Parts: sequence; structure tokens; C-alpha cells
Amino acid sequence: MKIVVLVKQVPEADKVAVDPETGTLIREGITSILNPYCEYALDEAVKLKNTHPEENIEIITISMGPPQTKMALLRCLELGADKAYLLSDRKFAGSDVWATSTALKEGVVNLEPEFDLILAGKQAIDGDTAQVPAEIAEQLGVPQITYGVKVQIVDKKVEVKREIETGYQIVSARMPALVTMSKGSNIRRIPSMKEVLNARKKPLEVLTADDIGIDENKVGLKASPTQVARIFAPPEKVGGEIIDGSDHIVAAKNLLEFLIVNNYIKE
Amino acid sequence: MLKVDYEACTGCKVCEKVCPFAAIIVVPETKKAKVLDTCTLCGTCVNACKFEALSIERRAISEEELAKFSGVFVWGEWEKKEDSNKIKRVVLELLGKGRELAEKLGETLSVILPGYNVEHLIPELFHHGADKVYLCDHVLLEQYTTDGYATTISSVIATEKPSIVLYGATPNGRDLAPRIAARLALGLTADCTGLDINESRQLLQTRPAFGGNIMASILSPYTRPQMSSVRPNVFSKSNPDSSRTGDIVRVNVNLNRITIRTKIVEEIVSQDDSINIEEAKVLVSAGKGIGDKENLKLIEELAQELNGTVSGSRALVDLGWIPHPQQVGQSGKTVAPTLYLALGISGAIQHLVGMSASDTIISINNDPEAAIFKVSDFGIVGNMFDIVPEFIKQLKEYKRVQTEKPG
Repeated sequence: MKIVVLVKQVPEADKVAVDPETGTLIREGITSILNPYCEYALDEAVKLKNTHPEENIEIITISMGPPQTKMALLRCLELGADKAYLLSDRKFAGSDVWATSTALKEGVVNLEPEFDLILAGKQAIDGDTAQVPAEIAEQLGVPQITYGVKVQIVDKKVEVKREIETGYQIVSARMPALVTMSKGSNIRRIPSMKEVLNARKKPLEVLTADDIGIDENKVGLKASPTQVARIFAPPEKVGGEIIDGSDHIVAAKNLLEFLIVNNYIKE
Repeated sequence: MLKVDYEACTGCKVCEKVCPFAAIIVVPETKKAKVLDTCTLCGTCVNACKFEALSIERRAISEEELAKFSGVFVWGEWEKKEDSNKIKRVVLELLGKGRELAEKLGETLSVILPGYNVEHLIPELFHHGADKVYLCDHVLLEQYTTDGYATTISSVIATEKPSIVLYGATPNGRDLAPRIAARLALGLTADCTGLDINESRQLLQTRPAFGGNIMASILSPYTRPQMSSVRPNVFSKSNPDSSRTGDIVRVNVNLNRITIRTKIVEEIVSQDDSINIEEAKVLVSAGKGIGDKENLKLIEELAQELNGTVSGSRALVDLGWIPHPQQVGQSGKTVAPTLYLALGISGAIQHLVGMSASDTIISINNDPEAAIFKVSDFGIVGNMFDIVPEFIKQLKEYKRVQTEKPG
């Protein structure tokens, strides 16, 4: 059985800020990480591999991004993926949700056409759109189950515990299917030395659009139905009254008065 | 593809300075601009270049083709509440915004309403501004499924050709909208915080990027309909006018069981009322600063005294101290209560984007530099473990005195 895990490398978002005067990004000291939700997806794949030895599961990770995305894929290999592909080409630049999903779909179709299950993070923490996996599922013509927290394989079907607003659902689908993960049990696991050394022996291939036969008119800016018209800094917010709370009795009294004056205390 | 005209480029470095992604540099040897791999083609440098040395190849638009599309559509999502169906609040919020957009365009506002036995929900949609409702009534639409809903709504869009379609960015909205966008090869802008019509009659979609650190305005110039999703509590609900009415179009839904490839085996509804933080009037929210899971009891006690609900930051969800449905922020829920108390929350930008629309924000944090103070109406720099118990004591005393007052 083949499980494809789609991953993205993202900047550690809380370290990105905009210079309010120039409107440009302040980038000093920003590190890139494997998107945490993608890591949940990979962990789930590894868990399935460990709990279903009879399925002889192979885990293949695919990503699209600049050449340095290799670091995120290397981490996937350390965490238990068997093989990694990076789609990296200037032709992909400017891809929006549609064009990104087209490139990744072509990657899956050309590299792992016999996949049984695709796992992905529910969203990337830099864009937060949560739309790419569903567009890939549609382009591949397979069913999708989003917001998964637990994945099981039961009688050749995938069964997912899915978060909904009022609680949970158990949803099942025949494979091949695509599942996105919104939670997992392992956060930033540190791989063992053996896993780190092993990862370097596993195949990690960097491929261009031509390598996998993607028509360049289908990807990148030209193929993107949405276009960024403008980027700007969000308006600066001005805070209200800040008091010193070193005397907790006075502080509590001030807080109570603030709430009474503003009508928030009801008997 | 971003192109540099070497004849025109003077090496003035303006592009280097304005690029939000450090993706263009002026090479010292040649004194000409060079585009790097990190370029996202956002166009900032093109607008900034005084010498017209930079250009982006974009595809041509057929005005004639685009003009065939007309009307603002909203997906009429509903939910089961106490055994009856109810239109989701975000739909009423979208109708308010949709009305505004439709009027600017001089077009009509419609709702696509898939479901089973949901006709009784229609009057409310008219009251909130819809001119027309496409009723897609079918037994296979009794529960939300990706395939059933995507097929039904896509076919209405393909036949009716609206210029704009809006979705609530609810869990199901985020499941559905991209599926439809991919089917119809359309653009989709997720989690918009602003929607407007520009001078070219295009939908200007504004959304936060990089966790809210920057804002991006996005257009879908070449394809119709233009599609966006909007989180609940971003726009305000329109005021109902109970005299308003409209047209009902009964859509002939063609669905069969084989086309719905997922099956809902079971649904576990959580009994915990506190889970619905999106509709709470008062939220008492805790962050990493509470230090210990035990201290949640103090937060709960405070919430109870203020008739509020407990919520928290992502850190607490990652630690497993509170469930994900109670998470506020970019990867959780966007909330806008009348009162938001932030205790031990430093105010990472991902958290702020999820709560800064609250009417009143109060924060207690021992770090005077905490970003949460910047959005607070009232802030206390101090130890919450001293201040909160004392506050609860004083509040109880105040309430006691109030109830003992004659009259």
C-alpha cells in the first residue's frame, strides 16, 4: 500500500513582521520549518505503517517549493518517510491555490499513480487557506475527508475521525482517497540519531516541471486565476489604558470599576 | 514571470527596497536587477520602478466573456440545532455584505440552499436581503457531504453564471469551496476580511497573509464567478426586514447514492456548551502564562462569575489542556464577543487576528511588553494569580451588596 504525504515548508510565522514605515517584511533570523499540520499528516502515515505491517506500507512525501525545501523533506525522511520528491522550478512561481494544486496533482499522477491514500495537513500556517488539498482531491477525482484527527484502515476503506463544529464525525471512504489532518499526537518529535543517519540514505529527488512533464501553461502565475493586487501592512492598533498591577488589591479594584462603568457586571 | 528590461534598468535599487520577499537584488557587478527564486510575482516592484524596467507577463482578459456573468450568490449553510434546522449566522453576515456588493454592481443577491426539507428556512434569507433562493431539495442532501453538495452547487453555478459566490469559512465551507473551485477551474480567496468592488467592477478580496502580519488584496481578473470565503464574525449580521420577500427557484437535483463517496458512520455531538465560543458574549481566555493545567480552575471560576465561556490560545490546545473547538486564533476560531479577557496570553499575531474585533478587550500579563496590551482597552501588568482571586472576591462582595440593596 502506498501513502503519499503532501508537505509544505513554511517560515516560522510569528517571527515575520512588517516594517510599518516601508511596508516590507522584516526577515532577520527567520527560520523555515516543516508546516506543523503536515507533520501531523506524516506522523499519522507512520502510525498506519507501524500498525499495519501486513499492508507493507510505503510512505512517499511530495512537496513543491524553492530548492531549500529539501530541508523539510529531509525532516520527513528522518521522521519515517521512505522516499521524497521536491518539485522545484521557476515555472511554478506565482502559483495560487489552483496552480499549486495542479502542480502537486501532476506530481502525484506522474510519480506515484498507484497511490492508495494521500495525507496532507489541513492548512499551512503561512497562508492558512486550507484549500490546496481539497483542490488536489478534486483534480485527482478522489473523495476527500478534511479536518481529520485520527485515521484508520478498515477493510480496504479509510475511516477518519473528523472534527466538526459541534463535536466529531466518523467518516469512511473507499480508497484511493485524500485526508487532511488538523491534529496529531506528536508535535515536533526529535528523531533519534539512527533515524537522522538513515534519512540521508533514503532517496530525495529534486524535479523540474519538465522532469515530470508538466505543461508550463498549467502552472505558475499565468495559470493562476487569482492575482495579488497589493500587499500592505495592517493598520497599527492603539492600545487603551495600561495600569501597574504590583498592588493586586488596587489592580482588582480598578478592574472591577472598569467593568462596572462599562456595564459588564450584571447582578 | 517577472521580466527585467536591462536597457531600462538603472540599478537604482528601489525594487530591492520595496520587495516584501527579498526576491529581487541589484547585482553589484552589472548594476542591473536580478530576480531570485523567492519571487511571488506580487507586483510590488513593478509598481515602484520609475523606469518601467520591470514587467509581469499576465494573460489577456476577454471583457465580453466576463460580462456574461451577473449576480452575487451565497451558499446557504444551515445547521441542526435541537432537532430543527437553522440558517448559520455567517450566512446572514454574508447576506449583509452581499447586499452591499450587489447594489454597487446593480446586480441581484441570491442564495443557493441545498438540503432536505429546508424550505421553511427561506423567509429568513429574504428578510436578510436575498432577492432569490435556489432551493435544492433532495433526500441525499439531508446531511452535508462533499460530493453531494459540491455537485449540486457547481451545477447551479454553471447554469446561472453568477459574477460572485461567497461561502462561510466554516469547516464545511472550507471543505466545499475548494472542491467547487477546482471543478470549475476558478480562483478562490480564503478567509477574506474585506470585500469590495473596484472601479473595474472586480471583486477586491482582502485577506491577512503570513499569520496576519501583512494584508493582501486579491483579484480574480480572468475567471467568473469570483469566489471567496469569509470567517464567521468578520462582517456584521444585517438587520432583518420581515416585509421583504423574493423568488424561489426549485432546482431539479440529480444525485444518486453512488456519486457520494464518503459515508458518515457516526456523529458524536459534544454536550459541552462551552464549545461554542463563537457565539459567547463574554470570553475568558487563557494562554501559556497560566503555567499549570490546575490553574484552569481559576479561569473557569472567573468565567462563571462573569457569565462567560472559557477559551484559550493555541499553546493550551497543543498541550492538550483545552479542546481545539475552544481555540481562538488563526488556526482556531475568530471570535468577537462583547468582552474578551486575556489572561497569560502574550498576543502572538495569530491569536490577535482571531479576537481583535471584540468590543472590549481586557488583559492581564506580567510582561509589560506583551503584544496583547496593544489591542487591549484595559490592561494590567502584574501577576494574574494574585489579581484574579482578589478580583473574584471583590466581585462577589459587590454582587452581594447589590442584591442586599433595598428595591
